[in-house]
Amino acid sequence: MNHSIVAPDSDSSLLFNRMGDAAMELATARWRSGGEGVGAKALVAHAKIREAPLASEADNPNRRDFLTVAATSWAAVGAAATLWPLVQQMNPDASTQALASIEVDLAPVKEGQAITVMWRGKPIFIRNRTKSEIDAAAKTPIGDLKDGKARNGNLPETAAATDQNRVNKDHANWLVLVGICTHLGCIPKGQALADAKGDFGGWFCPCHGSHYDTSGRIRKGPAPENFPVPPFQFVTDSKIRIG
Amino acid sequence: MAQHEDTYKPGSRLEQWLDERLPLTRMMHGQFVDFPTPRNLNYLWTFGGILTFCLVIQIVTGIVLAMHYVPSDKLAFDSIEHIRRDVNYGWLIRSVHAVGASMFFVAVYVHMARGLYYGSYKAPREVLWILGVIIYLLMMATGFLGYTLPWGQMSFWGVTVITNLFSSLDSIIPGLGTKIVTWLWGGYSVSGVTLNRFFSLHYLLPFVIVGVVALHVWALHVVGQNNPTGIDIKTKSDSVPMAPYAVMKDMFALFAFMLVFGWFVFYAPDYLGHADNYIEANPLVTPPHIVPEWYYLPFYAILRAVPSKLGGVALMFGSILVLLFLPWLDTSRVRSARYRPIFKWLLVLFFFSFLALGYLGSKPAEGVYVMWAQIFTTYYFLFFLVLMPIVGVLETPSPMPRSITESVLGEKAASSAMAAKH
Amino acid sequence: MSQFSRITGFVRGAVAVAAALGVISSITSAPAAAAGGEPIHIDRQSWSFAGVRGKFDKDQLQRGFQVYQEVCAACHGLKRVYFRNLSEPGGPGFNAEAVKALAASWPNQIFDGPNEEGSIANRKGAIIKRPARLSDPILGPYDNDNQARAAQNGALPPDLSIITKARGVEYHGGVIGHIGYMMRDIVNGYQEGGADYMHALLTGYTKPPADFKLSDGMSYNKAFPGHQIAMTEPLSDGRVKYQNESVPRTVAQYSRDVTAFLAWAADPRLEERKSMGWIVMLYLLVTCVLLYAAKRKLWSSVH
Repeated sequence: MNHSIVAPDSDSSLLFNRMGDAAMELATARWRSGGEGVGAKALVAHAKIREAPLASEADNPNRRDFLTVAATSWAAVGAAATLWPLVQQMNPDASTQALASIEVDLAPVKEGQAITVMWRGKPIFIRNRTKSEIDAAAKTPIGDLKDGKARNGNLPETAAATDQNRVNKDHANWLVLVGICTHLGCIPKGQALADAKGDFGGWFCPCHGSHYDTSGRIRKGPAPENFPVPPFQFVTDSKIRIG
Repeated sequence: MAQHEDTYKPGSRLEQWLDERLPLTRMMHGQFVDFPTPRNLNYLWTFGGILTFCLVIQIVTGIVLAMHYVPSDKLAFDSIEHIRRDVNYGWLIRSVHAVGASMFFVAVYVHMARGLYYGSYKAPREVLWILGVIIYLLMMATGFLGYTLPWGQMSFWGVTVITNLFSSLDSIIPGLGTKIVTWLWGGYSVSGVTLNRFFSLHYLLPFVIVGVVALHVWALHVVGQNNPTGIDIKTKSDSVPMAPYAVMKDMFALFAFMLVFGWFVFYAPDYLGHADNYIEANPLVTPPHIVPEWYYLPFYAILRAVPSKLGGVALMFGSILVLLFLPWLDTSRVRSARYRPIFKWLLVLFFFSFLALGYLGSKPAEGVYVMWAQIFTTYYFLFFLVLMPIVGVLETPSPMPRSITESVLGEKAASSAMAAKH
Repeated sequence: MSQFSRITGFVRGAVAVAAALGVISSITSAPAAAAGGEPIHIDRQSWSFAGVRGKFDKDQLQRGFQVYQEVCAACHGLKRVYFRNLSEPGGPGFNAEAVKALAASWPNQIFDGPNEEGSIANRKGAIIKRPARLSDPILGPYDNDNQARAAQNGALPPDLSIITKARGVEYHGGVIGHIGYMMRDIVNGYQEGGADYMHALLTGYTKPPADFKLSDGMSYNKAFPGHQIAMTEPLSDGRVKYQNESVPRTVAQYSRDVTAFLAWAADPRLEERKSMGWIVMLYLLVTCVLLYAAKRKLWSSVH
């Protein structure tokens, strides 16, 4: 057998190397000669008897044993529970959540101007609308709109997309929007004075050509929804808190 | 792979379909269900499974931590604090990873000591053992790289001291050591550049470990497990199938191990670390007493026991590399120390001197500490290089049972035989 | 080998190991004292947040914050603690609105980058800052380490956010004692070394021994390594006016309170950790028992 490890003629799966084997033989021989002959023989005979139940058990172990099922399923519950922290850790952490509300001073923004601020990593468009822009938005019939919902975080979900429902009713000139195109997430043009504002005088997304009106509602192009209005409130007449 | 009865029967048509194309389930079934395990294994044999668990835990928590950690000298320390304070369950995940490193080493030391005591390194398990030593070396490297990442004082000065070991090569070829150290650092001192590359390697090495572990398990399944008697499986009654017998025993041992693990995670998360690592790295101030993580302490003691710089480094690396040659240094024909009356005590003394070196490694390198470190270092090498080869030849082994079955049933059988006589 | 002789073998081994340890400990306990100056003994305190069932005392944390605010904050920052943390569960639990007002009035304001004109300093040369919000850190008075050193005679007042974790107590004794000490600390979950040290430091200002040479501008402190500390004694009896008059206004009480507060600052998740620990440990214990029973049953035919 030399150095081969698996002996083809052996019913045992494992074979020892000759050196180790010889040592065992030597050691057991000494043990046998030293020990009581009768005792050793009895030992072997007894071992044979004890083997029998084991062999049948091993061939067909009772794997449906209640204790086994209970123990393994209880252990599996724990394994599943450890997934919770591993999943949760990917959610926004405490410092990110703490930044969830910001205050914006509106005083420097003149009529017809717009500013962009960051809130939760998103650009927020704030426009101080002119009288004509408000009128244009207010006059648009609901039927002309692609998306009839107000999408205003301060109103119920069912509110209709009238211009009134898109702004704070006491401050109708201030339009506050999450400035992300509802198509595929680009930032539309229209904040700077020189920007293209699209066919409806609001915003225009250069990525795929969506046009928004002066109430931030989608009017033309692939975008499906109006710009959402974030939850916000007026802290004073010239200061808002977003979030 | 070792041959044994194959009881795999594809249960569904899908399993059958797959079995004819890629018999993966059959292979897994053969290796992890039918696989014969000696019926006399004690709980020391459960540490292989525990180590696999540790490796998985370290990789999973490590991947998660890497989502929040920033490998930069300016932000690393802050990002760890951010994880501890703000990330959802960050404190838990970080604590499991940090404590997990220690638990990994606890388990590996038990595993290695078991291998030494029962002669698991002896033929035909030489390759299995050598792969194990390689895994241990990779673990030490990974642990060291990982300890750098928090960028605390101990991180910084630990890196400085350990990387400087290579500068000892200057005394062989002038300039070589310095060149290597500069190359390792990516600069003229330990800096953010060093941190960044250490992070990359710390992420890489565990996957290398996974690869070597696969080879280790493969080698194990070719030659089969050793057992407390060191006698091979001869008949069917010497073994039990791995599932459910060994699996259930491993599961129990694993959960018992987790109790200890959990205790540290929840009630003593900083016990195994060093307070100085909660001070951000400062290249201008060395902590008064630099100590490595506890699992390197014996080797640190060996390093400091030698008054020569190169000698200390050589001896330290030598103390691990000598393990690679154990299969040939041990000349005994008997595997298990259970049947080796002289070797057993020499081995116990070796374990003791290893622990003593660990204690001495945590103490300042002065006075009596150095002397004791020298004594135990001497014994460390004496044991492997002199005693092991000689004792193996001279010693007369004690009587051994003829088979594993006999070793399990012998006691009861003998007593019942006695009862029958009277 | 028989069970009996195996047991006696273990016993003999254990005796041999213990004897050897005894020899070592008798030899090595002497130089432990010699190494790195004379050993400083730090008394262990009883903290409400110690041990497996430890919880912070909310009132104590609130008092501790008051001490920090009125005394420590003059020099030390707390930059890893955010105002929002002060009202979070598991901490001092201040009222959120009160904390908001506190943040807005905190003297050490926040530098938020260049203003619209690109300036970072005003006409007088001071850095332009804004009042702090809940999401901002609790800063100390100095903009950077250089400024702090310049103001403090070259000494740098460390940030206190994780000071109780960055300090510890060392064991000074022989080997055998060390093993027992380690076991006891592990079983008790001792993690308060830093807090014990802080308390010892804050209450450790005494007159130096007659033969002690104190450098200029330094103070003598029993607990500080080397005994010369740049910080002058920060606390004195009656210095902080607690609202609750039944709490003593003594240095020891101030020290305890501010140390507890700093222990929370260093480990704000302590209560979450310890309470989750109970559930996990209990779960593991039950699983262990179940698995052991299942294993026994399964192996009963083998042994």
